[in-house]
Amino acid sequence: MIPFTYEKADSPAAAVAAVTATPGAKFIAGGTNLLDLMKFQIETPTHLVDIRDLPLTTINDTGDGGLRIGALVTNTELASHPRVKRDYGVLSRAIVAGATGQIRNKASVGGNLLQRNRCPYFYNTDLPCNKRVPGSGCSALGGISRSLAVIGTSESCIAQNPGDMAVALTVLDAMVETIDAAGRTRTIAIADFFRLPGDTPETEFALQPGELITSVTLPPPLGGTHHYHKVRDRASYAFAIVSVAAVLNKDGTGRVAFGSVAPKPWRIKAAEAVLPAGPAAVVSTAFKEAKPREDNAFKILLAERTLALVIAKGSA
Amino acid sequence: MDFTTPSGQNPIDRLKIVGRPVTRIDGPLKVTGTAPYAYERHDVIPNQAYGYVVGATIAKGRIVRIDTGAAKAASGVIGVITTLEYKPAAPPQRQTANLFGGAEVAHYHQAVALVVAKTFEEARAAAHLVKVDYQAAPGKYDLAGEASGAKPSADPNEGQDAEIFDRVGDFDAAFAAAPVKLDETYTTPCETHAMMEPHASIAAWNGDKLTVWTSSQMINWAKAGLAKTLGIPAENVRVQSPFIGGGFGGKLYLRADALLAALGAKAVGQPVKVTLQRPLIINNGTHRSATIQRIRLGAAPDGRLTTIGHVSVSGNLPGGMPEPAVGQTKLLYAAPNREIYLKLAALDLGEANDMRAPGEAPGLMALEMAMDEMAEKLGIDPVEFRILNDTQTDPRDPQRRFSERHLVECLRTGADRFGWSRRNGTPGAIRDGKWIVGMGMAAGLRLNLLMPSAARIRLDRDGRLTVETDMTDIGTGAYTILAQTAAEMMGVPVEAVTVILGDSASPVSAGSGGQWGANTSTSGLYAACLKLRGAVSARLGLNAEDAEFADGKVRSGNRSIPLAEAAKDGPLTGEDGIRFGDLDKRYVQASFAAQFAEVGVDSFTGEVRVRRMLAVVDAGRVLNPVTARSQVIGAMTMGVGAALMEALAIDMRHGCFVNHDLGGYEVPVHADIPHQDVIFLDHPDAISSPMKAKGIGEIGLCGVAAAVANAVYNATGVRVRDYPITLEKHLAKLPRIA
Ligand SMILES: Cc1cc2nc3c(=O)[nH]c(=O)nc-3n(C[C@H](O)[C@H](O)[C@H](O)COP(=O)(O)OP(=O)(O)OC[C@H]3O[C@@H](n4cnc5c(N)ncnc54)[C@H](O)[C@@H]3O)c2cc1C
Ligand code: SF4
Repeated sequence: MIPFTYEKADSPAAAVAAVTATPGAKFIAGGTNLLDLMKFQIETPTHLVDIRDLPLTTINDTGDGGLRIGALVTNTELASHPRVKRDYGVLSRAIVAGATGQIRNKASVGGNLLQRNRCPYFYNTDLPCNKRVPGSGCSALGGISRSLAVIGTSESCIAQNPGDMAVALTVLDAMVETIDAAGRTRTIAIADFFRLPGDTPETEFALQPGELITSVTLPPPLGGTHHYHKVRDRASYAFAIVSVAAVLNKDGTGRVAFGSVAPKPWRIKAAEAVLPAGPAAVVSTAFKEAKPREDNAFKILLAERTLALVIAKGSA
Repeated sequence: MDFTTPSGQNPIDRLKIVGRPVTRIDGPLKVTGTAPYAYERHDVIPNQAYGYVVGATIAKGRIVRIDTGAAKAASGVIGVITTLEYKPAAPPQRQTANLFGGAEVAHYHQAVALVVAKTFEEARAAAHLVKVDYQAAPGKYDLAGEASGAKPSADPNEGQDAEIFDRVGDFDAAFAAAPVKLDETYTTPCETHAMMEPHASIAAWNGDKLTVWTSSQMINWAKAGLAKTLGIPAENVRVQSPFIGGGFGGKLYLRADALLAALGAKAVGQPVKVTLQRPLIINNGTHRSATIQRIRLGAAPDGRLTTIGHVSVSGNLPGGMPEPAVGQTKLLYAAPNREIYLKLAALDLGEANDMRAPGEAPGLMALEMAMDEMAEKLGIDPVEFRILNDTQTDPRDPQRRFSERHLVECLRTGADRFGWSRRNGTPGAIRDGKWIVGMGMAAGLRLNLLMPSAARIRLDRDGRLTVETDMTDIGTGAYTILAQTAAEMMGVPVEAVTVILGDSASPVSAGSGGQWGANTSTSGLYAACLKLRGAVSARLGLNAEDAEFADGKVRSGNRSIPLAEAAKDGPLTGEDGIRFGDLDKRYVQASFAAQFAEVGVDSFTGEVRVRRMLAVVDAGRVLNPVTARSQVIGAMTMGVGAALMEALAIDMRHGCFVNHDLGGYEVPVHADIPHQDVIFLDHPDAISSPMKAKGIGEIGLCGVAAAVANAVYNATGVRVRDYPITLEKHLAKLPRIA
């Protein structure tokens, strides 16, 4: 960890101004991801602006029957909120499938969306990684890539987005609300929030420098049955190998997104449209363009079988 | 005392305190966070500086240049030492890797520099500024690729002059003629110990005398290792390690933290503390080697084995030892024709060395899966198949009996208690919703190794006893069973005993390793207690032969005197040790286990989840059923890891373990372990020691992974011979889903 300065912000505008004023400054919320990365010097902020005291800690009904979730609501609070449990079960289930109770108590909604990938080479600062050091090369290509993405990748990076919450938010068509340095607010659809690596794997999110997430909104409830199934090597406290978030209707239609298979939660509308035809049809459409590695090709079959499980549960 | 003939009746046999479920006497210190672990010993010496180790970023080659300019100029830095400034340290006994010194890099993350600074954060930041120029050379990292060139190698457990090949009868002819046979290859991966507490040391010099507070399983080995690597007399080295946050073999040997703390402290002229960051524990420390094991079994149709062939290939740095994965196969089952040996390939990964149940753990993963396959071929129940092939003598030497061997009782008891009769021999037959349920079992054997061990015990004026020995408690319960032993021998309650461990100023013990710790360290203390009983009797004018120590009193004839009386004019001390004769040559001494597991396999995703487990253990007298049970359930948990998830992933280009942290190297969590049961058979082994105990620390792991793997097969019908059984290895072969 290299030396950095620290301040606490008391309003979103002040937080944004503080980060914009200092080159290399970053927000810190729960710190559960950022601090780890700083210890490895993967992230090297010069200045931290602590946003935990910002008044973005509530969950409120929106006028249209949806929900607005403050960016600093903890993962635990969000997962256990009565309306989230009742109307957005997929979100509640996805969150509790992640990390541990202690981490979820600390982790914020904004920080969770912005958690960085879990490619093992990203964490090994001795070896090349385009995401960490642009242009240095991708060690995962030709290396160990079992956990990495099978689709949406590029020649420069094959890392997966490892998050759970984001997969559920993707199925729910959540919107991310932000404020930027000039005090402008905007709303980003979750589908546009995560970037594919292309030639710039270091840019993972659709945020501008200094832009602060203020809240996440959920549209009115979808109904249907809500499912989140996370497949992993041990029963708890592990990132997904593959996850499936789905909202299923009685008539066999519904929505589905896959986690840990791509650089972003993987939701393909054309694939969703063939849900009534069954999991094989969905997966062959969603993963048509897949370019798996030898050691992670199984993820496609696993995605199909996990979806089959979710559908079987949905119809049980 | 010399232990050369089987033990008769002795005071331990009273079992008033030994054998009872005494909870850990060090428990309160641990749960209140006040047990002093090495890295947090801020109080032992003032002015401690922090060292941070820089590991090599190539796996093989030479260092051309190290530029420490920027690091030395960085905030808080007190000094930087580099490997180029030192001669290569002579590896301590039983160790291979060069811990520090010289320009040659022999493995990834070999220590190349130590940055010493005022704070940990400053040392770590400055470590990033050390610039090392390498000249990389090609290395060998792939065991499978090197296996064909591997050389037959002696079993390190059997001593230096041991035969390389264990050949009995005519293996080739008998195998060719066997009516039923199996010839399969099994692989196990490299594993890391993954103990919770990292390696950590504080070193301080006083003139030419060195004190190191560290985390070591073997105080005397650490002391000798430091003396050798530093080139100083052993008597100038003091090592203290009263509490150890797990070791599993990873802390048997001197590691770079201790050596570099000592070198760093010398260089900067103040005490230095060093811990190995987790990536260095994995790449700089020792690991369990991967193995490739070929097993050939031949049997008559009635199920009697006619041949056993087992060849295991493992890898290590040039000059290192093989993983002794065939040891159990020499002793577990009878068969008149046998060919069993080890092969070793030179690799340029870090040092492979002991990890809990070295040899037996991976060896049984292969052998006991092969036995399951063979039982199926023969159409015999796996439990019965093992019982049928049990042996009461060393298959190599029918004159040599086992001291005590109750494997058959383990198997029968286990089958009964586990409900084995409910197992359906046809794979995939039992469903529970989406789960396919399977049961598996395996047998386990682990040698009862004997090491000399000494202790001192003092009786003070107030009647309290203080035990001193350099024995370690690595989380096992050593403090507690030593207190029980002293209390039993001297006839006082456990509360009257203080136990001081892990100090090289105390008599040299067996240390904690090879599951010998409990049996041999208590035996050493037993010997010291006999001395103290003699001294007490003499002081009180009693006849030592018939003096009875009980209820805080010494009784002889019609006299009964409080024990404390003996020390009223000053403390009395007894010091002695146990030295074992050749009883382990005349008899095979081992612990035995039958392991049972039931698993569920998700019929959709292929995920395997253990449902329940049972171990039935025959390990002589159980000194304390609470601490013994902890040992076994911990080992069973480790076995689940080996079966289902633990594997170091090797990057074959860079020669490093990629998943070098506990996020990437997964071990079981609580949710993976829903239900475990342990049954101990009660068969004291008078040939093992005066305590009549045998090793428990490792037998609990032996056979577990195979039992789980066999249960997975019973669920899926897909045989995965490549550990760990992660879901992708059977997913495509699982029954299709509608
Ligand atoms: C051991 C471990 C296991 C884990 N397992 C899982 C898992 O199974 N599944 C899973 O999904 N996640 C898992 N995680 C990740 C965890 O969910 C994230 O670390 C957490 O959600 C991050 O939230 P935070 O508030 O602590 O973010 P921080 O660490 O504070 O911040 C993360 C990033 O977001 C930025 N940031 C934070 N808030 C805002 C904001 N409002 N606006 C703009 N930028 C912001 C910060 O500048 C930083 O770059 C795990 C983490 C750990 C440490
Ligand atoms: S996959 Fe991406 S994160 Fe991983 S090494 Fe390649 S560039 Fe880095």
